[in-house]
Parts: sequence; C-alpha cells; structure tokens
Amino acid sequence: MNVKSSPHLAVQPTVAQVMRDVLLALIPGVAAYVLFFGPGVLLNLALAAASCLAFEAAALRLRGKPLRPFLGDLSALLTGALLALALPPGAPWWLVATGCFFAMVLGKHLFGGLGYNPFNPAMVGFVVLLISFPLEMTRWPGPQPLWDAATDALSSATPLDHVRTQLGLGRTLAEIGGDAPLGWLAGRGWEWVSLGYLAGGLWLLARRTIRWQIPAGVLGGLFLTALAFWAADGDRYASPPFHLLSGAAMLGAFFIATDPVTAATTPRGRLLYGLGIGVLTYAIRTWGNYPDAIAFAVLLLNICAPTIDRYTQPRVYGHRPRQEP
Amino acid sequence: MNTPPRIYGFRGGLHLPGHKEESTRTPIRPAPVPPVLVLPLQQHIGAPAKPVVKVGDRVLRGQTVAAAEGYVSAYIHASSSGTVAAIEDRPIAHPSGLSGPCLAIRTDGLDEALAQPEWEPCADCTKLDPAELRARVRRAGIVGLGGAAFPSFIKLNPGRPVDTLVINGAECEPYITCDQLLMAERADEIVAGARAILHAVGAQRCLFGVEDNKPDAIGALRAAAQADPRIEIAVVPTRYPQGGEKQLIQALTGREVPSVGLPLDIGIVCHNPGTARAVWRAIRYAEPLTARVVTVTGGGIRAPQNFEARIGTPIAFLIEQAGGTVGETAAPIMGGPMMGFSLRSTDVPMVKATNCVLVLPRAEVRDPAPAMPCIRCGACVEVCPIGLLPQQLYWFARGREFEKAEAHHLFDCIECGCCAQVCPSHIPLVQYYRYAKTEIWAEEREKRKADEARERFEARQARLEREERAKEEARRKKKEALAARTAAPKSVPAPLVGEGQGEGAAAPPTPNPLPQGEGEAR
Ligand code: SF4
Ligand code: SF4
Repeated sequence: MNVKSSPHLAVQPTVAQVMRDVLLALIPGVAAYVLFFGPGVLLNLALAAASCLAFEAAALRLRGKPLRPFLGDLSALLTGALLALALPPGAPWWLVATGCFFAMVLGKHLFGGLGYNPFNPAMVGFVVLLISFPLEMTRWPGPQPLWDAATDALSSATPLDHVRTQLGLGRTLAEIGGDAPLGWLAGRGWEWVSLGYLAGGLWLLARRTIRWQIPAGVLGGLFLTALAFWAADGDRYASPPFHLLSGAAMLGAFFIATDPVTAATTPRGRLLYGLGIGVLTYAIRTWGNYPDAIAFAVLLLNICAPTIDRYTQPRVYGHRPRQEP
Repeated sequence: MNTPPRIYGFRGGLHLPGHKEESTRTPIRPAPVPPVLVLPLQQHIGAPAKPVVKVGDRVLRGQTVAAAEGYVSAYIHASSSGTVAAIEDRPIAHPSGLSGPCLAIRTDGLDEALAQPEWEPCADCTKLDPAELRARVRRAGIVGLGGAAFPSFIKLNPGRPVDTLVINGAECEPYITCDQLLMAERADEIVAGARAILHAVGAQRCLFGVEDNKPDAIGALRAAAQADPRIEIAVVPTRYPQGGEKQLIQALTGREVPSVGLPLDIGIVCHNPGTARAVWRAIRYAEPLTARVVTVTGGGIRAPQNFEARIGTPIAFLIEQAGGTVGETAAPIMGGPMMGFSLRSTDVPMVKATNCVLVLPRAEVRDPAPAMPCIRCGACVEVCPIGLLPQQLYWFARGREFEKAEAHHLFDCIECGCCAQVCPSHIPLVQYYRYAKTEIWAEEREKRKADEARERFEARQARLEREERAKEEARRKKKEALAARTAAPKSVPAPLVGEGQGEGAAAPPTPNPLPQGEGEAR
C-alpha cells in the first residue's frame, strides 16, 4: 500500500527546472558574446552540449543507471555550456570534445554522478585542457563585432593577459590603457559580455534560483582585494572594475561558483566560499601564470567546501546558553 | 492594549498557499451523531484509559466510559447516548495503520445527556482552588487539541513559576481552519478559558499568537479580551511553521525553548485555543470533552467546511457529511498537508487530536517518482526553522551513520517538512529522519535491555560472591577462635584485639607480619 510520508503537497521546483533557469540566464551574456566576437561561440556551445550529453549517456549506461531522469535533469547540458563559454571561440572540435570527456567522466561520473562530485565538472575539464593544451587554450580571437565585418579576426591576447604581459614589461597602466584590446572599463567587447552575464545573474537572484551569498562573496572578494592594491599603487595594479568585468569573473560569480553540488551549503559558509574564490582569483591573476584564475580558485575552494560547512553551521534552536525567563 | 506586542519572528520557514478560504465560507456546523461511535482507549500521550463499562451497558452523553490509568493518561466519555457494542481491537488512525483497543457505542439517536454531571459546574473559576481546577480538567478528559494530545491538566500543574501563557492560534498549516473559526465564533469562551488557565498556572500575562491571515479571529479575540489587561492579541506574519510551539514562543517572546527541554523551562506554558475553550466548558458547565471542531477540506471534498463532531465519529461519515469526494483523490490525510499522515482506510474514528481531514486530488500530492540525488543546493538549510543541516542529516540517515546524525542534532528536528517541501531533488527527507529516529530508539532500547541484563547478572554474581565470602569469614572466625582457645586459654583478649584490628583495616584473613604486605593490600 502506498502510504506516503508528510509533507504531502506536490513539490514545485525540480533539479531540471533549476538547471533550465540557469541555462536561460546565460542568454544575455551569450548574445553579447556573439555580437562582439562573432558566432564562433555558438559552435562551441553546440559541440559541447552534444558531447556532454553523449558522455553522460555513455557513463550512465556503463554504470547501469537509468538514462531518462539523469539526462532530463539538464545538468550535463549546463556543464557543457559553462565549459564552452570558458574556451576560446573557434577552438578545434577535438579540444571541446576532450574537455567534455574529462568534465563528464573524470569530473562527474568517476565520483558517482550528479550530487557526488566534489569538483565542479566544467572546471575540471577546463583545467585539464589548460594544462595539456596551453597553446590552443590561449589562442583567443580579438573582437570581431557582427556589425563590422571588416575587422580582422587575428588572434590576440585576452585583455587580462595583455595587461599582465605589458605590466611585466615595465609599462604603467595609464600607458596600457589606450592599447587595442582594452575598452572603456575592461577588455573591449569583453566588458559587454560580462555585463550580459551580470544581467542573467541578477535575474537568477530575483527568481531565487540562486542565493546572493556566493556571487556577493566572489565579486566582493575580488573587488575589495583589487581596491586595496589599486589604491596603494594605481600604476601597477588594475582597477576593481577592470577585474570585475574581465575574464570569467561574472560568469564565475553567478554561474560557476554557484554550482550547488560543489559549493558550501550553509548561508554563512557560502559567503566565505565566495570570498575565498574572489580573493584567490585576484591573487592568481596578479601573481600567477595563467590567463584566468576563476577555474583554479573554484577548484581550490571546492576542496575547502566541506570544512567551511563544518565550521559555519547555523546556530541550532535551543542550543545557546539558557536565557533568563 | 494600546501598544501592540513586539514580534520577534523565527528562523527559516516557508510561505505556503493557505487554502483557508475553501472551508471558512460557512460557520462551524454541528455534525449529526453517527450510528456507531468508536472510542480508542488511547487517544492521548500516556497510558491507555481503562474501561469502566461493560458490553451491553447503556451509556449517556458525558458519562465516563474509561478512566485514566496512572498520572499521564486521560478519561474518555461517551460522546452520545447508546449501548456499548464492543470493547475490542479495531483499526485506528495511526501512521502505521495499526489497530488498538477501542470501545464502540451503538448510538440510539436520543443523544441523552447525563442528568447530573459527574462534577459541579462553577460560575467563577477564580474562586476555585487551582488544584481543584486541575482535577476537573483531568476528569473532563481534556488533552491538547492542537494535535499533540498531551493530557492538559499536567500542563496546568507547572510546579514552577510561569510568567507567560501562550495561546497558539497561529494555525499555520495550509487548509486547516478549525481554530480560526473557533476563535472567530467562540472568542469569549476561549478568552474565558485562557483566564482559567492563567489562574491555574499563576501566570500574569497571556499572549495569543494569531497569524495575520485570520482578521475575523483577531477582531473577535480583541473584543473578547478588551477588559483584561493581562491578555494581549499578538498578530504574527503568516509563515509556516509559525504554529510550531517552539517557533511561536520564539516569535512572541524572543526566547528559545532549550533543546530537550520544555517551554516551562523558560517560564512559558503553551495551549491551543480549542483546549482553552474545552477547559472553560469543563469548569463552567461541567462538560467533558466529547466533541471538537474538525476541518474537512481539500480539493477532493465536495463541500469543504468545519464540523463540531463527536469524538469517535468515523472519518468516512465526516467525509459524507461534507458531500463526499469529487474526482480522483489521494488517500485522505489526517492533519494538515505538512505534518499529517495519510490514512489507509476511512473506517477509522476521529479522535481528540483530529483537527483536520484533508482529501486532495491525486494531481496535487507529491508524485511518487523516485528522488534524484541530493545536489547540495542548500535550499533545505535556508528554510529549516531549527537551523539544522537537513542534507547532512539525510546523508547520515541514509548511510545509517546514526551517531553522526545525533551529533548533528537530529533530535531537534520538529519534522515540519519545510526542507522536503523545497528540495528540488524531491527527496522525502522527513521520512529519512523518522527512520533514523526510530532506529536510534530501537538501538537504545536494545542497549538498555542488554545493560539491564548485564547489571542483573553482575548483581547476582556479586551477591553470590558476598555470600560466599561471608560464609568463608564465618568458618575462619570459628576456626581461629577455636585455635586461640586451645593455644592460649589464659589470655583470652589477645586474639580478639588482633581480630578487631584485622577487620578494621580490612586486611587479609591471615595476620601478615610484613608491613609492606599491608601496604600492598591497601
Ligand atoms: S534541498 Fe534537497 S537537494 Fe538541496 S541540499 Fe537539501 S536535500 Fe539536497
Ligand atoms: S523537518 Fe526537520 S530538518 Fe526539515 S526543516 Fe523541519 S526541522 Fe528542519
């Protein structure tokens, strides 16, 4: 007899709905991407989505799990999308497929699939690629706006990269500011993509699909560290807005760091988790050797998440020192 | 009365669709007396009541049919007149679908009351000694009508100073409206009951906590309580589980009931409005608890409404009175959608604790599709009113790591269901917590049994040893005395002194000349 336990009411959200919302929220950022850098990214997206679904299906089949509920939860699609957006548009197809393979198999299914993976699968795929194929991974095209077909699509350094190399050559930020890859606040074109992600992220916040703690932590951590160094020496350290609108900061804050499975779960823990990512991102960007830092920062904080959870449990009702009546 | 009481709020919780309108369009209607009333002998927390009538006896409304057995127990009265048809095990409303001892009355339709109530009515409860007041509440078989069914007279006997009486009129669960209508229609009786309780527990302040979605109840209570400055009507924002005792106390007073403690530990006593009214009627009219207000509602009920129904009325009869069911319905739920339990059959009687019978269309209940894995989204953490980590508890319960679950405060969980209601993976979290709690209890019982057995064994062993030693001692003394007498018949006191020393120092029986040896023995 099927007598169920309370609560009895149908439950509204589903994992698939959550993932779908996140996917939808990527649209403004992707639109800006296409607008400024051409439709190459769409190819990446399609390729990554198809590969991730295929690897997920294969892994599920091998593990003897039902396909339908797990393919339908859209999490594989989201992993693919995030990885695609982190790769240079126009990357060779095998690069995308390899990344997806590592994301789904090494990042997710070797640990037991959805809900059991300690590391963000998309970032696992990304880092594996970055370490194995540094050349392909750093070949980014310059802006190639849709409305201006004349611009050549020569590959160029990303704004973050450019600023770091030039600083290394002894130029000051004021001098670098006028260089080709830079726009009014951050990288030319990139700043708009970032603002697109920001818009999508705010929509997710408004829908309460994600909570404010992680994005606030990431952006706050990045902003405050950048502010401190920039205030100390504005010639050698890039401005806070530059950091917020460059690279994958916005994408990371709203879409990558907020991956529920691998983040901290307590409200205070999430703020700390976000702050950690923000500060680490700044440190790796400024003193590290990689073009962007979000992926490393996220993976490092993934390791810390269980510990953060342990020390940030909410206070349990009735467990503080007894009060006077 | 002029400044509204401060509201402190509580942690977490949910805003749920209320579904209160369906059953509040019409006033409370007295339900007819069913052909057969079935009175379970245990409708309360504590020992089952003991029948005091025999099969075939004619009983009248208000007559005691089963008496309280021990301190924590409750009297049970015939809720209408008729003949005792059976005293036997029958199916009762219980999550596990158990049977239990019941007393069935075939009603005669006359609904004849006792000519002389079993105790004296009293016009002014404040003239009554609190002990006498409690005794009458006990005789009236009143238990907490909010759902817990704890014998009320015990809560009227705090044995400790109480500063605040909280009347829990929050009724935060969706669909249930029995308290709301009662507060709107019988505010004066509830307030009078609250005064009687204030008198019994010696408190000086009474706070009514009512959610702001019940303006009619708030208005009626305010009017009824106007004359008494001790009574305040606190309007709290609608939020589930506001009506949880711990949550309401926190929301109204800012105090927290200590873990594994009682509200009494912080000087608070909490009662349900229906209980307050029953207390009043028991004192004023010498009326035992034989009926209560019950909401019959849900999208699967043709005419949702509230009944004042006799305790023991079969659920099926109540559903019929509400026009029966419509469409394809899920199993009826006793209680609300968040904390109630589904019934295997409608052939069970309503009891003193039954506040609601909820029949939902099949499409509106949680679908039984298998749960997805926990994605650690933390939605459950946000809503837990206790501040637990539901996903961790789930993890531990699933992995049978019960010690860790306990260390994560499993036993502070109030099973409100907030976590399960927001879980995108549709994990029946509360079910896991209940399972873990039951397992832990069973383990403890086992352990206690084993401990007791061991203790019994050890006690027996120790006794045998003691007896053996005593026998030995007696034999030795006898032998020594004999030896002493034969060796030194003239110096009789010497061995006695030696013996006295030996015993005083609990030294080994043979006198030991070596001082080190003595030290060792110690
Ligand atoms: S709400 Fe469900 S899926 Fe989310 S953390 Fe809690 S148990 Fe896991
Ligand atoms: S059922 Fe328990 S764990 Fe879940 S929200 Fe309620 S108190 Fe918290």
